[in-house]
Amino acid sequence: MHIVVCIKQVPDSAQIRVHPVTNTIMRQGVPTIINPYDLFALEEAMRLRDKFGGEVTVLTMGPPSAEDSLRKALTFGADRAVLLTDRFFAGSDTLATSFALATAIKKIGETWGKPELVFTGKQTIDGDTAQVGPGIAKRLGLMQVTYVAKVAEYDGAEGTVTLERRAEGGTQVLKSKLPCLVAMLEGTNEIRRGTMADALRGARAEIIKWSAKDAGVEDLTKCGLKGSPTIVKRVFAPSPRAEKAKFIEVAEGASLPDALIEEIFTRQPALEADLTELARGF
Amino acid sequence: MSEPKKTPAPAAGGRAATKKELPEHFKAYKHVWVFVEQERGQVHPVSWELMGAGRRLADKLGVELAAVVVGAEGETIRNAVAESFCYGADLAYVCADPALTDYRNEAYTAAMTNLVNTYKPEILLLGATTLGRDLAGAVATTLLTGLTADSTELDVDTDGSLAATRPTFGGSLLCTIYTLNYRPQMATVRPRVMPMPDRVEKPMGKVIELPLGITEADIVTKVLNFIPDRESSKSNLAYADVVVAGGMGLGSPENFQLVRQLAQAMGAEYGCSRPLVQKGWVTSDRQIGQTGKTIRPRLYIAAGISGAIQHRVGVEGADLIVAINTDKNAPIFDFAHVGIVTDAIRFLPALTEAFRKRLSAHSRDKLAS
Repeated sequence: MHIVVCIKQVPDSAQIRVHPVTNTIMRQGVPTIINPYDLFALEEAMRLRDKFGGEVTVLTMGPPSAEDSLRKALTFGADRAVLLTDRFFAGSDTLATSFALATAIKKIGETWGKPELVFTGKQTIDGDTAQVGPGIAKRLGLMQVTYVAKVAEYDGAEGTVTLERRAEGGTQVLKSKLPCLVAMLEGTNEIRRGTMADALRGARAEIIKWSAKDAGVEDLTKCGLKGSPTIVKRVFAPSPRAEKAKFIEVAEGASLPDALIEEIFTRQPALEADLTELARGF
Repeated sequence: MSEPKKTPAPAAGGRAATKKELPEHFKAYKHVWVFVEQERGQVHPVSWELMGAGRRLADKLGVELAAVVVGAEGETIRNAVAESFCYGADLAYVCADPALTDYRNEAYTAAMTNLVNTYKPEILLLGATTLGRDLAGAVATTLLTGLTADSTELDVDTDGSLAATRPTFGGSLLCTIYTLNYRPQMATVRPRVMPMPDRVEKPMGKVIELPLGITEADIVTKVLNFIPDRESSKSNLAYADVVVAGGMGLGSPENFQLVRQLAQAMGAEYGCSRPLVQKGWVTSDRQIGQTGKTIRPRLYIAAGISGAIQHRVGVEGADLIVAINTDKNAPIFDFAHVGIVTDAIRFLPALTEAFRKRLSAHSRDKLAS
C-alpha cells in the first residue's frame, strides 16, 4: 500500500521570544523541528507499512529550508520525501494550504500509485488550527477521521479501515472506507529511532522538490495569499491589565501563607464558607 | 479522488483584497448561526456559551440569531431546540434524520452545508470540541470559505465584518482574522472561553426544518461502538470553582505532587501549563491554556507558571488569579490579581498546611455551634 504523511516544519515554540519593543516575533536563532504531533502520524504510517508492505511518502509545504524536516523523516524510516516549495504558496491560510497539499497528493498518486491512506498530525503547534487535514480530505474526496487514537484494523482487500477516534466523553469506534485521511492524536505511539541504514539513506537521499507547476497546480489564484479567504489584519501583544498584581509581603516572622489566605478570602468572601463546607467532607 | 464539484465565483478584487468588496451573490447572506452540539442526549455547554456570544454579534449587526440543531429525530433534539430559545435564539434550523444519530463527518457535513447553502447565514459559530473542529474544517472547505479556529474574542467591525481574535505563533501573540469577501464567516471557540449566558424561560419560537437529503446507504463510515470514558479518568477542570496549577518553575515531575496536595486540601481541581504536558510530566487532559482547557473558576492559583499568552487566554476568565513565581517580572504578574514572589517549591507545602488549618478550624467551629 501507499501512504502519504503530511508534516510541517515549525519553530520550536518553547523557544519563541517576542521583541519587547516592536512586539514582533524574533525568528532569528529559533530552531525548527518537525511538528511534534506529526511524528505520531509518521510512526503509525510506518507501522502499517511494516505490517502490510508498501511505501510511505512524506510531504511538506514550506520554504527550501523545510528540506531539513523531510530528511529527518527519511532517517526515521520514510521511503520518499516531497517538498512543495514555491513563492506562490507564501501567505497561504488553511484553505489555500489544503488546496496545495491536496493537489500535490493527487500528483504523488499519479506518479507513485494512489495512496490508500493520508496521515496528518492532530494539529500544528504554531497554527493550532487542526483545519488542514479536513481540508485535504474534502478536496480529494477522502473519508475523514480526526483525533484517531488507534488504527485498529486495516483490510486492504475489502478496502476498509477501523479506527478508534477520541470523541467528547468517550471513544468512537468507526469503520470507514479507503482512501481515508487520518489525523492522529498525540501519545498514540512513539517515533522510532530509525536504523543505521535509514540514517545513511536519509542523509544521501534526494528530496523531491516541486514548484506549484510541478505539483500540477493549474490555478495559481487558489494558492498563497490570493487563495486565502481569511486575512490577518492585526497581530499584537495583549495589553497588560491596567493594574498590576498586588504583591503580598509580610514582616519578618509573620506567615506569608496566612497573609495570602487572608487576601484571598477578603476578595472572595463567599469562597471561605464554600471551601469549609467542602473540607468537612474530607 | 475527485475535486469538489461546487466552485463559487471568485470574489471581486481577489481573495487577498484587504478591503471589503463583498461579491453580489454573497450579499443575501444574513444572520448569525450557532451550531448546537448534542451527542447521546446531552447538549455540550459550549453551545450555550456561543449562543451568548452570537447574541451580542447579532444585536450589533441588527440581525437574527439562529440555533442550528442536527441529529436524530427525538426528545434530545426537541429539548435542544427548546433550550436554544431560552439561551437567546430567535429561531432554530433543524436537520433531523436517523443517519445523524452518532456524529459522522460525512453526514454532519452534508447537513450543515445544505442548511448554509439554503438559508445563507453571514456568520457561523461552532464549539472547538473534537466534534466541532472535525466538522468546521470540513464544512469550511466544502463551502470554500474562511474559518478561524479557537477564537478568544469575537466582535463586529464597523463595516459589519466578523473580527475573530486568537493567539498565534504558539500563543506568543494575538491576531485578528477577517473573512472579508466570503460567506459565511466561520469561527470556532473553545469551551469556557465565552461566559455562560443566563437561561431565561421562553416559549418555542420559529423552527425551520430541512431534510438531510442523503440516506444511510450513501454514508460510507459506520459507527461500530462507543466506549464511554471511565468516571475516574474524567476531570472537571473546565467547570471547577477552584483550580491550582503548576508550571516549569516546579523544576521536576516529582514536585508536581505539591500542586496536587494543595488542590486536595482545598477540594480543588489541579492542572498545569503546556510545557509540562510536552515533557510528559502531566497528562494532556490537565493542560490549561489555549490548546488545553479554558477555565473560569472563582479562584485560580498558578505556581511556577510564567504566564505565556497561550496560558493567559485560558485563565483570564477566573474571578481571582493568584500567582506564585520567583521572577517578579514574569508576565503572569501582568494579569494576576495577587502575586507572591517566592519559590513555589518551598511555598506550596506551607500554603497547603495553612489552608488545611484554616478550613478545618472553621469546620470545628461550625460543628460546635
